Amino acid sequence: MKRLVLLLLCLCVPAVWATESSLPKIDIGKGGECVKDVQWMRKNHMHLLVHQRDETVLKGVREVKNSLKNCIECHASIKDDSVIAREDSFCVACHKYEAVKLDCFECHSGVRKSAWLKRNAK
Amino acid sequence: MSDINLQRRNFLKTAAGAAMVTVAPGMLLFDVAHGNPQSVGKVRWGMLIDTAACVPGCNDCVTACNKENGLSGGTAATDSQWIRKIEIKDISSGREVSLPMMCQHCESPPCVDVCPTGASFKRVDGIVLVDKHRCIGCRYCMMACPYKARSFVHEPLQDQNPDVPRGKGTVESCTLCVHRIDQGGQPACAEACANKVILFGDLNDPESAIAKKVKSVVSTQIRADLKLNPGVRYQGL
Ligand code: SF4
Ligand code: SF4
Repeated sequence: MKRLVLLLLCLCVPAVWATESSLPKIDIGKGGECVKDVQWMRKNHMHLLVHQRDETVLKGVREVKNSLKNCIECHASIKDDSVIAREDSFCVACHKYEAVKLDCFECHSGVRKSAWLKRNAK
Repeated sequence: MSDINLQRRNFLKTAAGAAMVTVAPGMLLFDVAHGNPQSVGKVRWGMLIDTAACVPGCNDCVTACNKENGLSGGTAATDSQWIRKIEIKDISSGREVSLPMMCQHCESPPCVDVCPTGASFKRVDGIVLVDKHRCIGCRYCMMACPYKARSFVHEPLQDQNPDVPRGKGTVESCTLCVHRIDQGGQPACAEACANKVILFGDLNDPESAIAKKVKSVVSTQIRADLKLNPGVRYQGL
């Protein structure tokens, strides 16, 4: 029994050490209260986005709340108004950590709309 | 398209979509909301273009489209062009006409017929679009379109308009500025034309300016012989 506890302890220590030192450092932008609980979003944000994308493209329902633009509105960095510009940008930091390819932004703008409009004003 | 084909398509559609089409009695899934829920399934967006008022050499509608949708404005074979200015001349009489030409938003769009992935589709309000999430860039639709209205994006793009996502490897064409229409606006080209050549509106609403004008003046659809019933009509051709 004592050995088992010791073994478990040995296994836990590196795990704790690992989480503390190598978790992604994320620039969450303005942040604030998300449309759902944070842990839920970490796991399920892609389902919300895919649902919203079909609603918008096929049916023209441009509901703001779950839209990619709304994600960007809160989570684009205060420094550069982008969710993809740097290694620690909101989307990039996690996707890099999880090694999941991020291809939304081959078509979509990763920039806060207000900032884009300001830059592209006549 | 022959009747047999039409029936086959409808049969396939119902067979595949039987479970999803009817949500509640009398309400179809793809008939839900369109920015404006009251107008559902009854609206047919269209344009009436008065070629007599269109000035040869003027390019304002094209410039406005390029700015709104983030197109480069280039006219090389590999550049996207959603709207073009065309000058035509009747050889026997010498009469010259200038007009803007874009996706005609056909009621029976060949681009949708040939698309193998379902990316090309027609919304219930008559706007024909490409769902770029599904487009594989095969370009069948470009071949099928009798109006040469579609372009393929050849190069990676940056800094798109947040309202108009566009990307390499997909086909695109005039969206009638769907992002503006859904917010109650009108297409950028119609707004930009100082000569009020482009009249935009709901062809199905008898009270709309466009429906009244279509009823009272002679207008034609380009290549009407193809029986695609385009939503864009021309006056004075
Ligand atoms: S004009 Fe061409 S792209 Fe537009 S709906 Fe008709 S076939 Fe499709
Ligand atoms: S290029 Fe895209 S939209 Fe056109 S037919 Fe192929 S998959 Fe469909």
